Amino acid sequence: MRTLIFRTVAPYLTSLMILFSIFVLLRGHNEPGGGFIGGLIAASAFAIYGIACGVSPVRRALYFHPMAISGFGLLVSAISGWLSLAFNVPFMTGLWTKVSVLGVPVDLSTVLFFDIGVYLVVLGSITSVALALEEREHG
Amino acid sequence: MAAETIDISNAMLTAPTALGDWMLVAPVGLPILFGAVLLMVRHETRLHAGIAIAGLLLTLGANAALLLQVLADGPQVMTMGRWLPPFGISFTADALGASLAFVATLVASVCALYAMKDIGATGRRYGFYPFLMLLMAGVGGSFLTGDIFNLYVWFEVFLISSFGLLILGSTDRQLDGATKYAILNLVGTTLFLTATAYLYGTFGTLNMADIARKADAMRETGPLMTLTVLYLLAFGMKAAAFPVNFWLPASYHTPRIVTAALFGGVLTKVGVYALLRVLVMLFPVERAELSGVIAWVAAGTMVLGIMGAIAQSDIRRILGFVVISGVGVMLAGLALGTETGLTGTILYAFHSVLAMTALYLLAGVIKELGGSYSLHELGGLYRTYPAMGAFALVLMLAVAGLPPASGLWPKIMLVRASLDAGWPWLSFAILLTGLLTTIALGRMYILAIWRNRPGQAPSDAATGAPGYGYGSMALLCVPIILLGIYPEPFIRVAEAAASGLLDASAYIGAVFPAEAAQ
Amino acid sequence: MEVALSFVVSVFFAVAIYLMLSKHIIRILLGVSIFGNAVNLSIFTAGRLMREVPPIIPEALPTPEVATASPLPQALVLTAIVISFSLFAFLLVLAFRAYQELGTDDTDGMRVAEPEGEPMPPLGY
Repeated sequence: MRTLIFRTVAPYLTSLMILFSIFVLLRGHNEPGGGFIGGLIAASAFAIYGIACGVSPVRRALYFHPMAISGFGLLVSAISGWLSLAFNVPFMTGLWTKVSVLGVPVDLSTVLFFDIGVYLVVLGSITSVALALEEREHG
Repeated sequence: MAAETIDISNAMLTAPTALGDWMLVAPVGLPILFGAVLLMVRHETRLHAGIAIAGLLLTLGANAALLLQVLADGPQVMTMGRWLPPFGISFTADALGASLAFVATLVASVCALYAMKDIGATGRRYGFYPFLMLLMAGVGGSFLTGDIFNLYVWFEVFLISSFGLLILGSTDRQLDGATKYAILNLVGTTLFLTATAYLYGTFGTLNMADIARKADAMRETGPLMTLTVLYLLAFGMKAAAFPVNFWLPASYHTPRIVTAALFGGVLTKVGVYALLRVLVMLFPVERAELSGVIAWVAAGTMVLGIMGAIAQSDIRRILGFVVISGVGVMLAGLALGTETGLTGTILYAFHSVLAMTALYLLAGVIKELGGSYSLHELGGLYRTYPAMGAFALVLMLAVAGLPPASGLWPKIMLVRASLDAGWPWLSFAILLTGLLTTIALGRMYILAIWRNRPGQAPSDAATGAPGYGYGSMALLCVPIILLGIYPEPFIRVAEAAASGLLDASAYIGAVFPAEAAQ
Repeated sequence: MEVALSFVVSVFFAVAIYLMLSKHIIRILLGVSIFGNAVNLSIFTAGRLMREVPPIIPEALPTPEVATASPLPQALVLTAIVISFSLFAFLLVLAFRAYQELGTDDTDGMRVAEPEGEPMPPLGY
């Protein structure tokens, strides 16, 4: 699979796909999309990068180990559920707040952070499976 | 936004949540938090055991608090995300769920302790402790959830963690065993999903309390028998009931011994719990109609299971079959469906969780000291390690159902209940199983511990007493002996759990307080 | 439409069960995967089939204006798909590893964990 064309295109394709995955993640609150599908897109981006350029560049690019990423995602999701404890509402209640970033009002919610957590869990676990398989293939 | 003008009190909870209610989420939420942290510090293998044991002890504390709360005030409910039931997912803890969650967390903590020695740095890097935490989150969630689809989700959570634990080490035998375990369990959970789909189609709700109160009205029109049979099949597979139990002896002897201990102790009991919850609480009339079938399944499971154990010479495989035979004994109570029978089943579940875990840990200690799992090679351990002989004797008596250990009382109750129900053959099967268990484990005791060693001791056998092994077994032997000589508190909990199952009004009332008051 | 889909579901179930009865792990896996899809499709069908009617209640009304499909089964299906996807991914890796290590995907040949012809346990002491 390591043809010149593929190797040249793969980094751009990967970055585009990751950008798209973040778009899908953020649009997921009211429209089709969300953390799971976004994470899948991101994971397939890394898988493509791995097929084109080998596994070690992907691991370098990710910097953290994929399982650590999915652990962090799980933590983010869990904490966004536990945050309800501070507000006297049941577990996993969606809490909303408005923050103004450079004059633009942004709705922040625990739902969003839960979704980001899901994104990271899926990204981490699927990437780690894919990389393990690719390593075996090439090694 | 006109949302403020809409009256949300019909669909959403408006009262603030009491801090005590969080005890309901803690047994699930804490292991997830700690599991996530453990995944992040994957390479700091020295920290793993400490973090995991701290997390499990906290969970155990939360479980204990929850159990006390449930025993004092009846079932506890928390519905996620402020939605009122049946819209939101309810966590509902009654005496059955809370007590089983407590016992399961207890043995998981002991296993985590034992794993400090048994699982080396490689196993930890492959994620033993994170998987253990996520497994416990799944098990705790299964015991505490009040929503049947959520039960499916927790089943899958602990299933996927159990896959991870099962292949830790990736030897040929593990891959072989894990493939069979994974495929058959996946088929089992898919059957569960099928049943749940039809259930939702029939009832239009997934909240178990809601189903329980609507079941009577649906009995004329809905295909409740189909649902019950599907659930019986699906959970029977999970619980390793004959004739759908072949995944268990194919896989439970392959993983690390501490993993096998946890699986043998906890996982099949989740299946039994689900059977009790669905068949006794949701579909009691259908269960009564099926009781003959369940009784034959129970008798087959217990007798054939223990006969399998007699035919084996590897200690771990013997124990795998003993687990199956214990499931059969528990199913006997389900078949009877009387209060005494169910109390016996629940008490047997407590006993089985503790005793099977301890027996697997004993097998680990035997392997460590004697260098083998095979009855052909073992022997003479009594001479050098009398303390281990004592542990082995206690555990053997417990599982065989002989005094002074824990197996006696639940078996007495089950025999009594089956005689009361006019099924002497079932009580005969239970007693026969007890006899055969005594033979199987007694032979194991004599061959591995009492007789002189047939050959030379292998060079890899450890010398000196294994501190962690003895410590973990001692921790488990305390409740086992306590259950044997002072069973009243345990029986009281089991009775509360059984009556809560038979009369679901308290459970329903806790989930729907408004209607209960009317 | 529901009738047609129920036929599809039944075909899926039949194919899945046929494949799962095979001796080869890869066919069993395909069978398991189709089995999961059959269940998902049946849940989806049970929730009524509609074309693009979002189940959103207008602010002024207590119920939706027109009949909509039940959204809950679709949420259930999504959850089930996610779960079965991850389990299936794991199973594929596992089966692949098992095939590599054991050199066969025939279940008759996979007897490493439970070898045939084991000696009887000791009969005397």
